[in-house]
Amino acid sequence: MELTKKERAMLDGEMGKAAAKAMEILVAVGKIYSAGRMVPVGSVQIAGVSYKTIGDAGIEFLQGFADTGAKCIVPAYLNPAGMDLLEWEGMGVPKAFAQKQLEIVGLYEKMGVKATCTCAPYQIGIVPKLGEHLAWSESSAVCYANSVLGARTNRESGMSALAAALCGVTPEFGLHLEENRKAGVVFELECRLKDRYDYAVLGAHVGKIAGERNPAFVPRAEDKKPTNDMLKLLGAAMAATGAVALFNFKDATPEFNVREGAEKIVVEQKMLDETVAKMNTGEEPELIAIGCPHCSIDEVCEIAEKVKGKKLGAKKLWVCTSRGVKAVADAKGYTQVIEEAGGKVVCDTCMVVCPIEQMGFGITGTDSGKAAQYLPGFCKQKVVFRRLEDMI
Amino acid sequence: MSIKLRGRSISSGIGEGEALVSKDAISFLGGVDAKTGVVIEKGHALEGKCIAGKVLVFPRGKGSTVGSYVLYQLAKNRVAPAAIINVEAEIIVAVGAIVSNIPMIDKLEKDPLAEIRDGQVVKVNGTEGTVEKE
Repeated sequence: MELTKKERAMLDGEMGKAAAKAMEILVAVGKIYSAGRMVPVGSVQIAGVSYKTIGDAGIEFLQGFADTGAKCIVPAYLNPAGMDLLEWEGMGVPKAFAQKQLEIVGLYEKMGVKATCTCAPYQIGIVPKLGEHLAWSESSAVCYANSVLGARTNRESGMSALAAALCGVTPEFGLHLEENRKAGVVFELECRLKDRYDYAVLGAHVGKIAGERNPAFVPRAEDKKPTNDMLKLLGAAMAATGAVALFNFKDATPEFNVREGAEKIVVEQKMLDETVAKMNTGEEPELIAIGCPHCSIDEVCEIAEKVKGKKLGAKKLWVCTSRGVKAVADAKGYTQVIEEAGGKVVCDTCMVVCPIEQMGFGITGTDSGKAAQYLPGFCKQKVVFRRLEDMI
Repeated sequence: MSIKLRGRSISSGIGEGEALVSKDAISFLGGVDAKTGVVIEKGHALEGKCIAGKVLVFPRGKGSTVGSYVLYQLAKNRVAPAAIINVEAEIIVAVGAIVSNIPMIDKLEKDPLAEIRDGQVVKVNGTEGTVEKE
């Protein structure tokens, strides 16, 4: 691998022990994937924040790394934690868990990572430009950045992302290179595409069949152009049921490049209905959780309209989002409407990385294809994968 | 030490010890006890064996990326392998080895699973990307 003078100096320890380790990681990753050189990154997004995910092993590592003087040299942002960092007690998060979680966030902050704790940083002003190189790690954020924004990032691990934040570069391979960004399979959509849920279902289905290929979507001429929220739900589901990190959507994404000879697959509603039937394993949810990925302000508004004047009774409702979006929701009165119905606007976390299985929940309802895929394995939940209005 | 094999450097440093060879891939998260260094994955080729101080030879890593942190825990608990030789490295073990200061190489000119025997004393030079054996 070819390194610049500055990168070589980092590797040789001239910028400190932590930067040297970080550069050694980036060089090894580059070797494994046959990268020719490094590319500078505009920002870094780091997964591996919840205590539930990284455990004591993660804390020990972060402690050790922070102690060697690790400091970010490009803007770096955290993925959701395992709880609302301020309101965790009200959520019912065990105290022992909360202490470990606060320790983890503190260690990242010590290294200069901002505790945004969101999987949708693009909803709070962190919006990469078309063609900008990044080192992001949460799978839905990666998919959104590549597809909806046209930025360039691989799906980094928490550690390779942290290394990129310390060095300001990432090895150039995979989706950083134009030749790997073409779509290898085209889905011709003859299914229903009316709301966010329809896109989540489509994503859950397509993720399972796209395999290693980047998918492209061609809707019918009469379909309305999807909103960014719909594309967010689509990408998140594909990244969870499959390994999709980039998709193109005709007339909705800034790029639409299909490889010559790409396979064409027609998607009909009955295929999607079968996918949903397989993912639905519960009947009545004890917890309804919306916001995987984190809700935008438009989505919080939509949810508030749907629950306005209703009483949820014994069912809990969590609307998961970032602290930035909640501040707007508070000001607009959406939070109050949701709370009056018996729900909560929860920040910094989501139903997947929060230890809900330790908090007495066994059946969770969601309209997210990504959450529906992960809840059984990560959180031991039975899943109700339906529209919000069909669950309340 | 007579025979020297060339490979590719992944994690720098020099480590020496008795070889422990596994035909199976290793997941450090859930597969190895971080306190004792004993392989606990049911049905694994190394189940019940301790990897502490050994030159661990295996095809590649598998499983969760949290496995990198587990390697770090093993090193902190002083039960990490002395060095790692993979047929072909992947990110989880490579990153774990680097942050834990465990020398590591891969892509040897000959198949390490056939060339290296259990108990044989081997010396891995992770900086140069070479391994020497008796």
